[in-house]
Amino acid sequence: MELHRKTAHELLELHRKGEVSPVETVVSVLDRVRRVEGDVAAYLLVLDDAARRRAAELESADRNLPLYGVPVAVKDNICTKGTPTTCASKILKNFIPPYDAAVVERLRDAGAVIVGKTNMDEFAMGSSCENSGFHPTRNPWDLERVPGGSSGGSAAAVCADEAALALGSDTGGSIRQPASFCGVVGLKPTYGAVSRYGLVAFASSLDQIGPLAKDVHDAALMMNVIAVHDPRDSTSVNRPPADFLAGLDDGVRGVKLALVEEFLPEGTERGVRAAVEGAAAALEKSGAVVEKVSLPVLRYALPAYYLIAPAEASSNLARYDGVQYGRRAAQAGDLASLYGKTRREGFGAEVKRRIMLGAYALSAGYYDAYYLRALKVRALIVRDFGRAFEKYDALIGATSPTVSFKLGEKTADPLAMYLSDLCTIPVNLGGLPAVSVPCGLSGGLPVGLQIVGKPFDEGTVLRVARACEVSAGFERKVL
Amino acid sequence: MGVTSGYVRHIADLGRLDLSDEERETFASQLNDILEYAAMLNELDTEGVEPASHVVPLKNVFREDVVRESFPVEEVLSNAPDARGNFFCVPKIIEE
Amino acid sequence: MKYVPTIGIEVHAQLMTRSKLFCGCSTRFAAAPNHNTCPVCLGFPGVLPVLNRSAVEMVIKTALALNCEIPALSRFARKNYFYPDLPKAYQISQYELPIGRNGWLAVEAGGGTKRVRINRVHLEEDAGKLIHEGGDVSCVDYNRAGVPLMEIVTEADIENSEDAAAYLTSLRTLLMYIEVCDGNMEEGSLRCEPNVSLRPADADVRGTKTELKNLNSFKAVRRGLEYEIERQRGILESGGAVVQETRRWDEASQTTRPMRSKEEAHDYRYFPEPDLVPLEVGTEWQDELKKGLPEMPWEKKRRFMHATFNGYKISGGEYALPEEDADRLTSSRPLADYFEKIIKASPEETKIDVTREGAAAVRGDLEPQFIFPLYYKTVSNWVLNELLGALNESGKTIEECPIKPEDFAKLLDLIRQKKISGRIAKDVFKEMFATGKNPEDIVGERDLTQTTDVSEILKVVRRVIEANPGPVSDYRAGKKKALGFLMGQAMKETKGKADPVIVSRILREFLEGT
Ligand SMILES: [Mg+2]
Ligand SMILES: [Zn+2]
Repeated sequence: MELHRKTAHELLELHRKGEVSPVETVVSVLDRVRRVEGDVAAYLLVLDDAARRRAAELESADRNLPLYGVPVAVKDNICTKGTPTTCASKILKNFIPPYDAAVVERLRDAGAVIVGKTNMDEFAMGSSCENSGFHPTRNPWDLERVPGGSSGGSAAAVCADEAALALGSDTGGSIRQPASFCGVVGLKPTYGAVSRYGLVAFASSLDQIGPLAKDVHDAALMMNVIAVHDPRDSTSVNRPPADFLAGLDDGVRGVKLALVEEFLPEGTERGVRAAVEGAAAALEKSGAVVEKVSLPVLRYALPAYYLIAPAEASSNLARYDGVQYGRRAAQAGDLASLYGKTRREGFGAEVKRRIMLGAYALSAGYYDAYYLRALKVRALIVRDFGRAFEKYDALIGATSPTVSFKLGEKTADPLAMYLSDLCTIPVNLGGLPAVSVPCGLSGGLPVGLQIVGKPFDEGTVLRVARACEVSAGFERKVL
Repeated sequence: MGVTSGYVRHIADLGRLDLSDEERETFASQLNDILEYAAMLNELDTEGVEPASHVVPLKNVFREDVVRESFPVEEVLSNAPDARGNFFCVPKIIEE
Repeated sequence: MKYVPTIGIEVHAQLMTRSKLFCGCSTRFAAAPNHNTCPVCLGFPGVLPVLNRSAVEMVIKTALALNCEIPALSRFARKNYFYPDLPKAYQISQYELPIGRNGWLAVEAGGGTKRVRINRVHLEEDAGKLIHEGGDVSCVDYNRAGVPLMEIVTEADIENSEDAAAYLTSLRTLLMYIEVCDGNMEEGSLRCEPNVSLRPADADVRGTKTELKNLNSFKAVRRGLEYEIERQRGILESGGAVVQETRRWDEASQTTRPMRSKEEAHDYRYFPEPDLVPLEVGTEWQDELKKGLPEMPWEKKRRFMHATFNGYKISGGEYALPEEDADRLTSSRPLADYFEKIIKASPEETKIDVTREGAAAVRGDLEPQFIFPLYYKTVSNWVLNELLGALNESGKTIEECPIKPEDFAKLLDLIRQKKISGRIAKDVFKEMFATGKNPEDIVGERDLTQTTDVSEILKVVRRVIEANPGPVSDYRAGKKKALGFLMGQAMKETKGKADPVIVSRILREFLEGT
């Protein structure tokens, strides 16, 4: 097998034994990028020279580093010191952070090689990667289709073997939905498990960084590196370090799973439903207890999310005004046009729409009716998740009601696009860990099973995902 | 109810977004759709529910009052669209 | 119609932390532009705030000193508006859950004590500084951005500019006492934004208020409010209506002028700051901070003063000083400390309580001014007149005072022991202030020891009497004022070294022929 095709844990073993050097691996992946990037367009920036240099440096480093010589792609809303970080927005086109995100520091310390910065929906707002301010990314399974979003570039890069592992961010499903669309594993950790320091904020109370991986083992490997307390993020929870690889293959005998009706909502494609129910049956066969339950309050997660997330975003994105950094409009003769024109030219339509939606939800006279009510609904969602977890170890369902859709199919109708995240959004409101693992195909396109766990119980979520992976026998796409 | 094009102008102003008349119309109709959808939240009884602005189980997270070296001024200014003499610059503002 | 002003005051006090509120940048004043900045206080993408513990504790201490309720849970909120001095386009502040609320401060004004109610005390970050000098651009310096500010808001309890100034004076003293703010109004460490409205004396409804800015001294606060009250009165009396607006005090013209609004639409869209977690200020933490609070200025003043009972002075306080002295000495904690250090270094004899032990304590040739409580008044006089005068003249603060309190006590003891005269002591004081030398050395070097030798003084007096027959006969003719002149001549003859008590006694004996 060619090196670029291998998983991170396979590469690690080869590197450790000295059978393959990090340089060979990185060269193989960079060659692969050169060959397929014209079709997939997963990256906004490929760090060709830097990656080769880093791989060469690693020749003399400790081979037992947890990601020794593993080529990793990083979503472009995660800051990389001295390397442009644009959030796929024109407004940050030339922005070069003078600092690394906490997770990037962790990657570097772990011996990973950063291959490039991946494409995304602008400021992580979108579910198809079509809202990138620069270019769309295509789904390696079908180049006419979207890779999902917003971490579509990271999912596509892993899927197309343009990186062994990738980092994405998930505010309402932005890791899990593209993982589902591209047939890879995507994990959104518990809120507070991974430092947000250096992650360009979309909705601060919902954002989490997590891995996109070729298999469950690799996702756990990445978690071991990035899920560490960081005093620079006040919402980072200080817990004893966990080994996410431990017990991964222990199976699901006796594990209590709830197949949640609201995770197979009205409008779920028949093939998706079949694949998810098939996976549930397989888990049952492996010894898990699976019961069907309904959590009706989850129906209200999407509208609550589309008030809370834009409200926070409208404030988080106010700083892009062309004063300290970023792109300033040319015709900014006075303060009003400095702001108005810079932001008009710099932001795409979806970003503008959400800034306005957020400003509306927070504005005098509407705060109580919209924003505050949404926070109360969020409290109800947290409460009902808590009740469900008194009975079950994990909740399962579809990651997305559909498989990947065609480019341009949903761009004219924002609400239709938002519905793509119906099953993932409640998890962010609850701050819970969840993984999407490929569980089958529908019309030749991958379907993801979503597994949601208790706070900080990534262990169970990964173990169930691993069991699903084993029983599904899913074959990754060869482009 | 519904968001008028006039109110769209107000919230676009709050967000400092210059919009064309056409964009205002489009956004007004799209925002209306979304807010209409959001109105389903009213179906739930939220009486007495404590709003959850956050789910993280933390309180009192501090740093100690210790001075750390600031960033070199060239570095903080390196991304600025207009910097002169160690200042960030904006078009002249007439204050008062 | 008669109109009554209603004044509320909002104060922003810069907290004396070493580092900023959410990052490790220094709060040092006047560093070169943008040298005290980092990605956090510049609002760069992706970076996050982490709260400075000391800043929170300073606000809790203030809230405790202002008798506030401290809610169990407090939260930060974002106040959203665009301006180039605000890097993130929102200010991290507090909104519905401030650290302290519903407190009060006792203020002495107009001969009585009034309670000014405190609506809230909260913590927030400062903005940067805009400079508009010359050129076609405005320049921004973010050194101040993110410096911790405490906002203290009163209820509209204040009825005139005098009381407003009295409130500010008390508040400033308090903040400096508990060491949370340096109180410097010119440098902007303490900013005062009063709002004022007028209502008809017989009505209960409040009028339209205006807010005043750019008041950089107590005098400006008083003048600004007075001007604004008269301006509003003029409008109302001529049948007009006051416009709700922010007005800027112009020092040059001594008037207020409307400010152009920063934000056309004042809709700050406050919401809970998601990057910070809530504050829980439990009673244990409060008690710990309460223990660390110093004696409050009003407590210290009471201790320094005489007490009164049914209108009679009694020696209640520790030093039994007149109210004015106590007020001035306790107006600053270092000054009060300095005073007390002199007392502490003074000999035991000065601490005999004449009012308790009776006149028997006054014996020998001990001057009453060196016995309690008069000794304390003597020290107070020296500190308030000589010392403050000298400090003022040299532009030094009490902390930079070149005279050690122990040396000050020695100087006064030299007078008590009649080693030098009061007049000479003033010269010695000047030299001590200029050189920092101790008084004994100065007196020794310059041979200033007081003459108490009666035969020596007798000679001098005789010479003065002979040389001034005019005043002598004036005195004998009943013009007692002439004694002063003759005294002066005699002291001059001895270069001030003679004991004036002895000189006066001998002179009188001569003149009255006894
Ligand atoms: Mg304020
Ligand atoms: Zn800073």
